[in-house]
Amino acid sequence: MENAQILEVLTGIFRDKLDNEKIILTPETTAKDVKGWDSLTHIQLVVAIEKKFKIRFASSEIANFKNIGDLVSTVVKKLG
Amino acid sequence: MDFSALSKNLKKDFSTFPKIRLAILGDTPTQLLHQAIRGYGYEVGINFDIYEADYDQIDRQIFETGSELYEFKPEFVLIFLATQKALNKFYKKKEGKAHFAEQQTEYVRNLCETLNDNLKVRIIYCNFPEIPDTVFGNYANKTELSSTFQFRKLNMGLMELAGSIKNLFINDLSSIQNMLGRQNIYSPSTYTNTGIAYDLEFWPLIAKNTTDIILGINGKQLRKAVVLDLDNTLWGGIIGDDGLENIQIGDLGIGKAFTELQLWLKQLKQRGIILSVCSKNYEHVAMEAFEKHPDMILRPDDIAVFVANWENKVDNIRYIQSILNIGFDSMVYLDDNPFERNMVRTEIPAMVIPELPEDPAEYLPYLYTLNLFETASLSEEDENRTKQYQEEAKRSTLQHAYANEDEFLASLEMASIVKPFDKFYTPRIAQLSQRSNQFNLRTVRYTEQDIQKVAADPNYLSLYFTLEDKFGEYGLISLVILEKKSDHLFIDTWLMSCRVLKRGMEGFVLNSIMRLAKENNFTKVIGEYIPTEKNELVKEHYAKLGFNQNNGLWEMDVPTFDERKTFIKMNS
Repeated sequence: MENAQILEVLTGIFRDKLDNEKIILTPETTAKDVKGWDSLTHIQLVVAIEKKFKIRFASSEIANFKNIGDLVSTVVKKLG
Repeated sequence: MDFSALSKNLKKDFSTFPKIRLAILGDTPTQLLHQAIRGYGYEVGINFDIYEADYDQIDRQIFETGSELYEFKPEFVLIFLATQKALNKFYKKKEGKAHFAEQQTEYVRNLCETLNDNLKVRIIYCNFPEIPDTVFGNYANKTELSSTFQFRKLNMGLMELAGSIKNLFINDLSSIQNMLGRQNIYSPSTYTNTGIAYDLEFWPLIAKNTTDIILGINGKQLRKAVVLDLDNTLWGGIIGDDGLENIQIGDLGIGKAFTELQLWLKQLKQRGIILSVCSKNYEHVAMEAFEKHPDMILRPDDIAVFVANWENKVDNIRYIQSILNIGFDSMVYLDDNPFERNMVRTEIPAMVIPELPEDPAEYLPYLYTLNLFETASLSEEDENRTKQYQEEAKRSTLQHAYANEDEFLASLEMASIVKPFDKFYTPRIAQLSQRSNQFNLRTVRYTEQDIQKVAADPNYLSLYFTLEDKFGEYGLISLVILEKKSDHLFIDTWLMSCRVLKRGMEGFVLNSIMRLAKENNFTKVIGEYIPTEKNELVKEHYAKLGFNQNNGLWEMDVPTFDERKTFIKMNS
């Protein structure tokens, strides 16, 4: 899957879980930039992403996502 | 319901739902629990007003009586401890590992006693899903020093504690883990990263369990009866076509699935759930299985109302409901046929109708997952209830033989015992206060502990009433709690089981209240009707009995009161 496609899927997940259709994600987006993306909703997002792509993040990966770009490249790596 | 769905509920309108004040105390972060419970409240029509303490504040909140918890004055307090954290505590103990369970149980007793000294509250304590740490392998079962041994003992200790502390209820998380498996409720990465004790999708289940307990205590969502289809529900095959010898039950075909379902239903019946039959069959054909088939577990005595005919099932279920005289929302309907289920669901939406799986082998495991029969109390009378409904069917036959209401009532030879609350009946009194919805003037709910307090408090007078007639005993069916005010006696609680409607019991109870008022030198008795969704039945109760309306309350003068005519004899 291309990075752009993954970004699109992630955007869908963020919109659904944070209940906000206006969210637009770019590789540079961080938690600060998205209203409602806090440590609690982060858990929901991670679980939803794991389910969608049928992957499992390691604990250290979850703690170290700096921005959406990081998240996308981790997903790409996992999908092999 | 998954977590996401519950968290989306948070934005919805809760304003029409009744409020329940709940405090959540946890030793690990409880935000997800908070959201899940509030979101689940929307599903069952509760507006949870939640105070969530910062995590790991259990001791401070409970032992310091000036804490936010006491300020909040919750009706319920939910206490959640993570097994993982308790396990670490156990590991760090240098000595006395063998006494860990006892110490923890004592700690919980201490929490409860402190709460009870300072608040009127129901305590919901989560037990501990085990973590099989394999430190001792299977040998863990042979040594008190293993965590397995201590956590099982602790869970057992909590059960015993809940047996002795009436307002302590156990939130049985351990059973949920047994059903789903540890892998499905625990997320190592979530725990490691955030300290949150369980997987995202476990919190909705804890929320449901907690809410089930609360609804049980408040007398809501209590299921009192099960209506059963027969062919392919209670046995395999169609008795009318296959014949008595060929229905699948016992060792024949997949009979084991049906036998075990019947064994379970019989346990429900012994617990006080009423079983009835509603089947498209000739009655004599269907009944023959209950009477003669050697492998049937359920027998004619187990069934309160037996309806087998070729009429519409909806009408038959309405008939069963009219005999049982309980709300449709307290009735569960089991039928293998999706068409019949849908038809009943459309006509009687309040009824609880599980979507039974196609394979009868899965009926029972599926029913386990629904937890349909939550309750907050039990009494010995529960076991006799089926017999009482069978007697009721006979009474209704007799009633048709008398043209005149008074003659019918006189022919019943009714007698009642009237006494102040006593220990023996405490469980039944509490249960009646929790269960009665229709004939209940103010719908104040009392636990066993509350009832004991009322009985001991000199500011209150209390009475319970039993009833029996020539067909049998109804047991304890009515109660009143009277509060002594400066210039009048106030009827705090007047409720009655709907099984004894139209027996003239209301007049008999009124006579007793007025006699008690006179003995205690009151000149006035005042009652109040607080409407709920279910007590329309007694809207005109005080008016019918001759009370005078005054400022939304109902008054009766004691000196001028004339005893009401009754066909009930007082027994002592």
